[in-house]
Amino acid sequence: MTINFDLTEELQDIRKVARDFAVKEIQPTVDEDDKAHRFRRDLVQKMADLGFFGCVIPEEYGGNEMGWLAATIIAEEISRVHASLRLPFNMNPNGPGCTILRYGTEEQKIKYLPGLVDGSLLGMFAITEPDSGSDVGSMRTKAIKDGDSYIVNGNKMWISNATVCDMGLLYAYTDPAKKIKGMTAFVIDMNTPGITIEPITDKLGTWGAPVGSITFENCRIPASALLGQEGQGFKICMEQLNDTRLGCQAGGLGLAQACLDAALKYANERQQFGVPIGKFQMVTDMIAQMATEVDAARFLVYRAAFLKDRGRPCTMETSMGKYYVGEVVNKCADYAMKIYGSYGYSEEYPVARYYRDAKSYQIVEGTSNIQKLIIGETMLGYRKRI
Amino acid sequence: MNIAVLLKQTFDTEAKIEIAGGAINKKGVGLIINPYDEYAVEEALKLKEKNGGEVTIISAGADTPDAMRQALAMGADKAISVEDPALAGGDEYTTAVVLAKAVSTIPYDLVLAGWREGSAQVAVRVAEELGLPHINVVTKLDIDGGKATATRDIEGGNEIVEVPVPAVITAQKGLNEPRYPSMKGIMQAKKKPIQKLSLGDLGLSADQVAAKVKVQSYFLPSAKAAGKIIGGEAPQAAAELARLLREEANAI
Ligand SMILES: Cc1cc2nc3c(=O)[nH]c(=O)nc-3n(C[C@H](O)[C@H](O)[C@H](O)COP(=O)(O)OP(=O)(O)OC[C@H]3O[C@@H](n4cnc5c(N)ncnc54)[C@H](O)[C@@H]3O)c2cc1C
Ligand SMILES: Cc1cc2nc3c(=O)[nH]c(=O)nc-3n(C[C@H](O)[C@H](O)[C@H](O)COP(=O)(O)OP(=O)(O)OC[C@H]3O[C@@H](n4cnc5c(N)ncnc54)[C@H](O)[C@@H]3O)c2cc1C
Repeated sequence: MTINFDLTEELQDIRKVARDFAVKEIQPTVDEDDKAHRFRRDLVQKMADLGFFGCVIPEEYGGNEMGWLAATIIAEEISRVHASLRLPFNMNPNGPGCTILRYGTEEQKIKYLPGLVDGSLLGMFAITEPDSGSDVGSMRTKAIKDGDSYIVNGNKMWISNATVCDMGLLYAYTDPAKKIKGMTAFVIDMNTPGITIEPITDKLGTWGAPVGSITFENCRIPASALLGQEGQGFKICMEQLNDTRLGCQAGGLGLAQACLDAALKYANERQQFGVPIGKFQMVTDMIAQMATEVDAARFLVYRAAFLKDRGRPCTMETSMGKYYVGEVVNKCADYAMKIYGSYGYSEEYPVARYYRDAKSYQIVEGTSNIQKLIIGETMLGYRKRI
Repeated sequence: MNIAVLLKQTFDTEAKIEIAGGAINKKGVGLIINPYDEYAVEEALKLKEKNGGEVTIISAGADTPDAMRQALAMGADKAISVEDPALAGGDEYTTAVVLAKAVSTIPYDLVLAGWREGSAQVAVRVAEELGLPHINVVTKLDIDGGKATATRDIEGGNEIVEVPVPAVITAQKGLNEPRYPSMKGIMQAKKKPIQKLSLGDLGLSADQVAAKVKVQSYFLPSAKAAGKIIGGEAPQAAAELARLLREEANAI
């Protein structure tokens, strides 16, 4: 058996471009943008122009087929500079893109995929509702067949990109009596009458990534919006989450690395009691833990991407990465804050932003508990390995 | 319009330089594309987009694979890398003779380089070897009707110089904003040809390119001493400054 920790030249070059781009284009205004809760559509466009959203989409639909590991590395490097800007990877190629690729008709693929890659379209996926989070099956939004269309009624909550998207995935019940076998996926255009969007402006972190609620009121969508078949929705959703979970943990990993970068810099600079604070064993210890856990997280994340690139079962491994990254990024943000002392608490340094942004990684795309549920139940044989 | 771009890799501008055993310690130092060469590559690509033709990256010494891949990923068409053990102890003369020969192996209408290539000597020497006019430290370039019109930095301002092409032009910061290699570019770069040539392939012998300059020793610049602030009223402070400049700094 061989094991190789070196990235290919191609992946090294990709990392370099992503890093250079993040440092030169995102970094100069990141704090200003974040504080203004500004969504930088122009930066999203620049990332699209460089092909950043094409890694997991075939060439015939405008992608570049570089693969999941490439997509992961890019999102990691972008998030290392601004976590909010890792969201478009999930909202375009990973979520809507891959799901349409798997279940869409040729017509749907042609209509949406090139736009999701070239940035002319912004996407979203709508699963969560006010009373339905981890328990996806408990959603109440309905899409009832009416002749050649479906009539949608319901509320979606905490939808990333809600206020800026052009299209997206909608999960709703077409036949509530059948329980989760009655859930169906749709790909919808946001300019459809009957859709109201409200921004969620007061949130703890990721201020550069817009979130909102979407209300459907007798919203008529055409039958051609159906994705896959009626009743396949829950399965489609779980498969989508297995993809977006990877994009999400790539972001968490980049943010954890940012915490470590910041901690190293400050521990070497800041002097107390006549020496750099890094010389105090208690600070050295924090650095050691952070460095080790960021590396361990990276191995888990890259393994999940590696398996996905080979089409191998990876649900549990993806959950392991997501769970571990969610915890590690919060520990790293906490330690970075400790090492920065009062300057971490101030907005003068980026550490306060890291601390705010870290929290979402224990919540979105399935909370840490839900990931542990998937891991534990798979290990115990209660769940099939897929 | 065929363009040759001279390219090298250099120490990361943020790298910490160390001297060990009388030589610069290269271990663990990140190498990047020479930033001025990056402007040259970008300018070549812009001219190619406007006028067609091919952009060839040319490098001497084997230290450039990453920079070369980057230039190809940005959009250059092919590369020539001259690699020979005899280049190891070379100087700017060596590099220039080799590069000029390598340039001569392809059809070219223009040679672009970064202005600080090898103590800012290499590109000028290449022009000399090839018998071409050159314009240095260029911040704006127009090629039209067999002429190159360039704006170049000079002390306290700039001047506009016109030369017939082919010519050698060296790029200064401000000439353009280098593009990032796209994903597509990175993928295509793998398939682009990199021609490896030895001195023999260029019809040169080790003697012909032997260095003219020998480095005696390396030393790091001495650490900058802390500045001195002279307090008090202006007239006394000025007198004190003059005294220090004369007696301590030996500057006046
Ligand atoms: C910034 C942000 C962006 C988001 N973007 C999107 C989006 O684009 N699209 C979308 O559809 N949703 C989105 N969400 C919603 C997100 O997916 C949900 O918040 C998440 O699934 C958790 O649901 P919940 O918040 O309702 O928590 P709940 O499900 O109410 O969970 C509350 C707590 O109970 C625990 N818990 C619940 N069930 C179990 C169990 N069975 N065992 C053990 N513990 C359990 C959870 O782990 C958690 O600690 C976003 C959320 C945020 C904060
Ligand atoms: C909201 C807020 C309100 C405040 N209010 C007041 C106030 O009213 N009055 C006031 O005087 N101050 C106030 N402070 C300042 C506060 O007391 C200091 O922030 C605190 O003493 C830590 O100092 P520092 O931030 O400079 O961190 P540093 O002393 O620079 O410490 C940085 C890191 O090094 C570690 N470290 C330092 N020395 C050692 C050592 N010997 N061994 C091991 N680890 C070490 C620290 O634990 C920390 O992790 C306030 C701070 C905040 C954030």
